[in-house]
Amino acid sequence: MSKHIERRDFLKLFGTGAAAVTAALAGCRGKEETQPVKDDYNSLQEPPEDQMTYRTNPTTGDKVSLLGYGMMRLPNREGSDEIDQETVNTLVDYALKHGVNYFDTSPAYCRGLSERATGIALSRHPRESYYIATKLSNFNEATWGRRESIDMFENSLKELQTDYIDYYLLHGCGMGGMKNLKARYLDNGMLNYCIGQRRDGRIRNLGFSYHGDVEVFDYLLSIHDLVHWDFVQIELNYLDWDYANEINGRNTDARYLYAELQKRGIPAVIMEPLLGGRLANIPQYLMERMKERDPEATIASWAFRYAGTPEGVLTVLSGMTYMEHLRDNLLTYSPLHPVTQDEEDFLYDIAYHIVNVKLIPCNDCKYCMPCPYGVDIPSIFVHYNKVKSHDRLPENTQSEEYARLRREFLVGQDRSVPRLRQAAHCIGCNQCVSHCPQNIRIPDELHKIDEFVENLRREEA
Amino acid sequence: MLKRIRQLFAALFFTGITLLLLDVSGRLHHYLSWMPKVQLLPALLAANFAIVAAIIVLTLLLGRIYCSVICPLGVMQDLFARLGRHARHNRYRYSKAMWGLRVCVLIVFTVLTVAGITGIAALIAPYSTYGRIATHLFQPIWTGANNILALGAETVDSYAVSEADWVFYGWVPIAVTSLTLIIIGVLAWRGGRTWCNAICPVGTVLGATARFSLLKVHFNEKKCITCGKCSRNCKSSCIDFKNHSIDASRCVTCGNCISICPKDALSYGIAKKSADSSENSNGKPADQSKRQFLVGTALLAGAAMAQEEKKVDGGLAFIEDKVAPKRQTPLTPPGSLSARNMATHCTSCQLCVSECPNKVLRPSTSLDKFMQPAMGYENGYCRPECTRCSQVCPTGAIRPITPQEKSSLQIGHAVWVKKNCIPLTDGVACGNCARHCPTGAITMIPSDPSDEQSLRIPMVNTAVCIGCGACENLCPARPLSAIYVEGHEVHREI
Repeated sequence: MSKHIERRDFLKLFGTGAAAVTAALAGCRGKEETQPVKDDYNSLQEPPEDQMTYRTNPTTGDKVSLLGYGMMRLPNREGSDEIDQETVNTLVDYALKHGVNYFDTSPAYCRGLSERATGIALSRHPRESYYIATKLSNFNEATWGRRESIDMFENSLKELQTDYIDYYLLHGCGMGGMKNLKARYLDNGMLNYCIGQRRDGRIRNLGFSYHGDVEVFDYLLSIHDLVHWDFVQIELNYLDWDYANEINGRNTDARYLYAELQKRGIPAVIMEPLLGGRLANIPQYLMERMKERDPEATIASWAFRYAGTPEGVLTVLSGMTYMEHLRDNLLTYSPLHPVTQDEEDFLYDIAYHIVNVKLIPCNDCKYCMPCPYGVDIPSIFVHYNKVKSHDRLPENTQSEEYARLRREFLVGQDRSVPRLRQAAHCIGCNQCVSHCPQNIRIPDELHKIDEFVENLRREEA
Repeated sequence: MLKRIRQLFAALFFTGITLLLLDVSGRLHHYLSWMPKVQLLPALLAANFAIVAAIIVLTLLLGRIYCSVICPLGVMQDLFARLGRHARHNRYRYSKAMWGLRVCVLIVFTVLTVAGITGIAALIAPYSTYGRIATHLFQPIWTGANNILALGAETVDSYAVSEADWVFYGWVPIAVTSLTLIIIGVLAWRGGRTWCNAICPVGTVLGATARFSLLKVHFNEKKCITCGKCSRNCKSSCIDFKNHSIDASRCVTCGNCISICPKDALSYGIAKKSADSSENSNGKPADQSKRQFLVGTALLAGAAMAQEEKKVDGGLAFIEDKVAPKRQTPLTPPGSLSARNMATHCTSCQLCVSECPNKVLRPSTSLDKFMQPAMGYENGYCRPECTRCSQVCPTGAIRPITPQEKSSLQIGHAVWVKKNCIPLTDGVACGNCARHCPTGAITMIPSDPSDEQSLRIPMVNTAVCIGCGACENLCPARPLSAIYVEGHEVHREI
């Protein structure tokens, strides 16, 4: 009980103060502060070990690193579909050494192999030196039962080699609407079970991750007084702030989501700060604008600074496959230089241009996979987006470049996706649609690409 | 001089035809598809009488220049004759013409061809024999080399070379062509143009013609010292130096004897007349042409066998290979008019097989159509924009058509197989066949007539179906498709 009173006290402080704090911090970023960093080549390459920005969890007082490690895009051993554990260990060691202490996984990630790999890597370090986040990923109807769901929780503890989970999430609330929420967490009593586990200390913080139907988000916040969400995981980046709904009518702008959390003083964990790499791979002319403004900053660092700036953000998750990603992100957050109002407006302008390119909002999360008919959905979208964002789609047959662009597209597609896994093989069975956290109408998009490709092929004289 | 010119032209023809047969880029046929069309037997089968007449006139004027320049099998034998330790000077000797054998083979060949068993007859036809060798023995290596280049290109982000598929059509084509290559190769290696002057039906016909040619190689008896060097270096074994006579029916006008004669006693000119052809080149022939000869083969020999890139299946469903259905009536490509036209005209040179970008055509192994192209849609379908086989076919087995004509040419019709259809077996919506039908011949209808909302199954309007196989190829049912194409013996227009 005392815990909750503390929370309420905090809320007053937090809710009213947050905006002011954000503004104040944003204003703080002086020239003298950044100058020394940029003068020194080494410090551009080598992140410092003791400069990480931390945010404090209002309930537990956890000091959480602003950079959270997403264990969804772990590296595979070359030419196999096994996880490259050695590299994972190296990455995790490096992250911990540089102050990262939040690791986010799920029983569903990396074909179900992520939790184990995370457990192996983390168990080599003292348990109190990091926080583990994992999820109740009972997407499949076969796991909707109470028994099966509890088994999933217990198995997570086993795979992660621990007695308690620091941050436990109801995974992907909003996908499949209220109906799905009821079936997965309410009717089977799993929400209450989790609350019970929190009381028992086996779950230290309880939250949910949200995608899609805003009705579910609103509902879950409406029961906040009963549940007391310790955190909520939302998608936030400079594109989704105002354009999530414009890009896809079934999604909700991050501006709304974040404001709702702020009202209740619930800290936000941020996912997709980079939109699966899409915000690092923006059209060339936008890259040039970013580089003009800050020639030394990487394109990705803009997105991370943006996502980390709001004070209500507890941590920003990044699925870092390579050491280069990790280093770059560490540099961005060690410490964080919040974006100024001017920079924020600049990013919104960039976002405006990105939205107009009209990419398929796929973040390559692979939740839709495997397609039962063998189609490699994310690879098709990634290739298409890549070509489109670089303005190299062969669309204008009158253009001088048309023949070359056409060949580039077709050959490039064959290189990225084997023929038998291309869009022509999507039969439109719709089984993937409910798995997509971005609510993409996958078969429709695939059929559009298929038609585009088919027309390109027919151009052959 | 004659030898050098001959070598230059032979190199051009040989590399041209070889490249055409090996091409995986799909670009060369624009420039080279005329080369097979000037081959005698294909022109004859295509009723291309202008070409036939031109070849006859050429032979009547210049002798069997055709055999040492235009015919790729002839040039290949010359290459074999240069190989190994046997390729010394002075290794041939004069022999008598084998007219009996030549005529018998020609008669059998003609009878088989007229009877419409062209597939078997063509096993000794020169151009198509070379076509089979190039397609089944050289193209795999070429494809491998191409794919190594493509891998290289990919790493430097170049789109100049793209990966090509190679489909294994079974051991029969490889075995048959290997055997042919060994027989012809060994004959050539040991005896020069034995094949051309004993077996080859085109050689026999042109040989009979060449006896009356205007220009021939002949002796200047005054200069001749009867050293016999010419006879010992004549790969056609047609020079009887003792009698100063040359058998024009076997002479392929290669010019080797003229170059080698120490006394300039041999010359190429109007028959029986001049004794003083003065401008013979005595110097060694430039190695230039030799190098050009070797361009084609060196490229092949240098390349290692392809290592197919292993593609990882991480998080991807396994895809079973398609299996060809048993068709009551086999398919023949658009432009071939009918199964009979194909059977009687095709010399199975494999050019269409090696050109087919969709891997639809493959050599038949049935005896009556041996090595002639058969069709199947397991690896791809007969795409609407492609008419390449009809453009390259030199024999009229596949007549030239335009994509517009093709879009209304019915080579077969689609048949639905209920027990494989995905909406019925897996209980999910599909319609991939209808979505990809280029003529709109397939509509999706409710599987339960009383329920408009029930899963839909395809209905084929056979009057509009052209038999392209898009439905069969893209059908998700595996290994046997739920919709496949039955061939039509005679093609029709819709």
